[in-house]
Amino acid sequence: MDVSSHDVLLVGGGGAGLRAAIAVAELNPKLSIAVVSKVYPMRSHTVSAEGGAAAVIKAGDTLDDHAYDTISGGDWLTDQDAVEAFVKEAPVEMLQLEHWGCPWSREPDGHIAVRPFGGMKKERTWFAADKTGFHMLHALFQTSLKYGAITRYDEWFVSRLLQDDGRVQGVVAIDLMSGRIQAITAKAVILCTGGCGRVFPFTTNANIKNGDGMALAYRAGAPLKDMEFVQYHPTGLPFTGILITEASRAEGGFLLNKDGYRYLQDYDLGKPQPKPVLRSMELGPRDRLSQAFVKEHEKGRTIQGPYGPVVHLDLRHLGEKVINTKLPFVRELCLKYENIDPIKELIPVRPVVHYMMGGVHTDINGATPLRGLFAAGEVACVSINGANRLGSNSLTELLVFGTRAGKSAAAFALEHEAPNGHVIAQAEDEKRRLEEQFLRKTAGRESIASLRTEMQKTMEESAGIYRTGARLAEAAATLRKLQERFQDVAMSDHSRTFNTELTAALELSFMLDVAEAIVQCALNRTESRGSHQRTDFPKRDDGAFLAHSLALQGKDGTPQVQYLPVTITRWPPAERVYGK
Amino acid sequence: MAETITLEVSRYRPEQETEPTYQKYEVPVRKDWVVLDALNHIKDKIDTSLSYRWSCRMGVCGSCGMMVNNEPKLTCATFLSDYVPGPVRVEPLRNFPVVRDLVIAMTDFMDKLLRVKPWIIRDQEKPLSEGEYLQTPEELDAYKQFSMCINCMICYAACPVYGLDPHFVGPAAIALAQRYNRDSRDQGSQERLDILSQHDAIWGCTFVGECTKVCPKHVDPAGAIQQYKLEATKEWFKSFLLPWSAR
Repeated sequence: MDVSSHDVLLVGGGGAGLRAAIAVAELNPKLSIAVVSKVYPMRSHTVSAEGGAAAVIKAGDTLDDHAYDTISGGDWLTDQDAVEAFVKEAPVEMLQLEHWGCPWSREPDGHIAVRPFGGMKKERTWFAADKTGFHMLHALFQTSLKYGAITRYDEWFVSRLLQDDGRVQGVVAIDLMSGRIQAITAKAVILCTGGCGRVFPFTTNANIKNGDGMALAYRAGAPLKDMEFVQYHPTGLPFTGILITEASRAEGGFLLNKDGYRYLQDYDLGKPQPKPVLRSMELGPRDRLSQAFVKEHEKGRTIQGPYGPVVHLDLRHLGEKVINTKLPFVRELCLKYENIDPIKELIPVRPVVHYMMGGVHTDINGATPLRGLFAAGEVACVSINGANRLGSNSLTELLVFGTRAGKSAAAFALEHEAPNGHVIAQAEDEKRRLEEQFLRKTAGRESIASLRTEMQKTMEESAGIYRTGARLAEAAATLRKLQERFQDVAMSDHSRTFNTELTAALELSFMLDVAEAIVQCALNRTESRGSHQRTDFPKRDDGAFLAHSLALQGKDGTPQVQYLPVTITRWPPAERVYGK
Repeated sequence: MAETITLEVSRYRPEQETEPTYQKYEVPVRKDWVVLDALNHIKDKIDTSLSYRWSCRMGVCGSCGMMVNNEPKLTCATFLSDYVPGPVRVEPLRNFPVVRDLVIAMTDFMDKLLRVKPWIIRDQEKPLSEGEYLQTPEELDAYKQFSMCINCMICYAACPVYGLDPHFVGPAAIALAQRYNRDSRDQGSQERLDILSQHDAIWGCTFVGECTKVCPKHVDPAGAIQQYKLEATKEWFKSFLLPWSAR
């Protein structure tokens, strides 16, 4: 078997992965770095982020304000030491990106401009028009090209982590172009593969968001944390699930029901004002806005569209100039995909699965409980997002914790020996598994697409905006059956070159594991908090559940859930108050 | 509207075939469907062995460029209903080696991107503690459009010069070089000019402007190339007339 070796290996080349890779290169230019990604880095899903990235920069704003917004936004499930580090390092990271060429929108005098955002009581969201993720990703990718120590494995699909003596020491990956399966060993591995929105049928997430890193870590024995917390973004376009950024509400957009009424005023989110008010109405947090949509639908006040109920996002009063300068991508997306011009027409929107607050359990330095394994970005759960992430915290998170994970992985690599030969034997086993169970498989009756559709339907019906114990228990049983049926999956493509049937099968298998963890954590958490709303347990229960869920994969493959207390430093749990 | 449409999809599996063939698939036409939805329908329901790249389905990741009826398009932003009654021919992007089916090799572009040094170059880096480099909205506008490139390779598929001479650095890479040259924070334009004028191919561009016409993100690579030629000419005259001056 071919083997290549590096000091630090990144799985994933999006925002977190590239930031971590640069952090390693800057810390010690002698370290050899591998960035292994199933897509070219600039295709990574960071590219789709629109609205902005939060960091305190303006007079009148404070780190404590940003921390409080984040902690209350997360319904007190955030670890406050992590949040304090996050808000402190955020401005430095954002400035660093400015120095690397990110085209941030500016004030007339040349200083960085900021905009309001949901759940934030000060204006602190930096933006590059409404393509912030795109510009951040390209700035990071292009900057990463400077560093000779970074070797990229573009379009290499990681199928397994290699582990010996309790230490993660590399990966097995498939070079999609040639189909070659090989081991890439490293002294430290950082997972930066993003989220898993594709376990649901209706999502803003790209086709590549299959929970790869979550499943890789989970199978290797790392716990997945707070997986029940799934963020529905309140404003997605019907059918495509394309995101209409929260910035459209921050710039002054209204959400209207079928009567043209700003219905959020009926849901404890404040009183309607002509101009946007911070932490109020349309600038409330995403969980509360998505829940209000469901309630509004139950009252019969949504609009029936061809793809289910919608409400309207009204930007017309903002005028052509604001829309064209601050929200050009929103206009482009509406024109192209809905044949609607937001300057003149209402935009139909509905809640859409957008982000996983949960992920691989890490400490404040990005280290997982498995030695040698680190994680950063959406794949990880530090946790700064708690039970509900605030818009514009995730782009900043991938910079702050990408850097932290990069530095701690580099330090780990400098202190440890190169991987031993034992992991090569494991890699041989993995190669055999891929060949026997997939590439050379001739029997099998189940279709990848049907299993995937059934999984997605199960998830939407059980783990959506409102949940019940009965539905979740049923879903857990259904997912078990889907796991069994996956063993009988039909494989018709036996070629090695760019075999996307193979990758689709492996991705489905990752998603099934992650889906089971989501459902089991949601079933066990018999309270309502943030984005996790149980109609059979409608109250927050700090006595029993001011704690993170940790799902470990049991011997039979099912998730076993334990709890870990939340870290509270200076903000004792309180009621979440908006619109006051 | 017709209920179905025929897609003629270029198939090439190098382990089984010596050259590409076309395979016909009958797919439903739905009002909201783009060409990519039709390919996904084929992959899920008809033929799981078809290979192509896609990801964001919102025109920003740059993965899904293909030839649709002989024109380079982002298939996630190209509506199927525009091709009724069909058939629609879907092929890999022109001017690139084909890896398999609709997947092209873009390693050549990745090498070229590296060569134009698409990052901020400065003689001296200002410490982060001194804050941001000031940049007015007007200064931002000077390079903004060149920063919108999504590396989708559609301009290379449309470029007649790249088609004839693969050594040509090409539209997107030159536009990205220009994105940094025109950024008020950058001081690397001379370095990039030296790299770009090393090869004659830039002079091969006859300003047909196909790249600008096909760009789905309204970048103007043709404009960037003309600006470059002008800069390079000025530099050449300077070195010819004033060979003793420090460049």
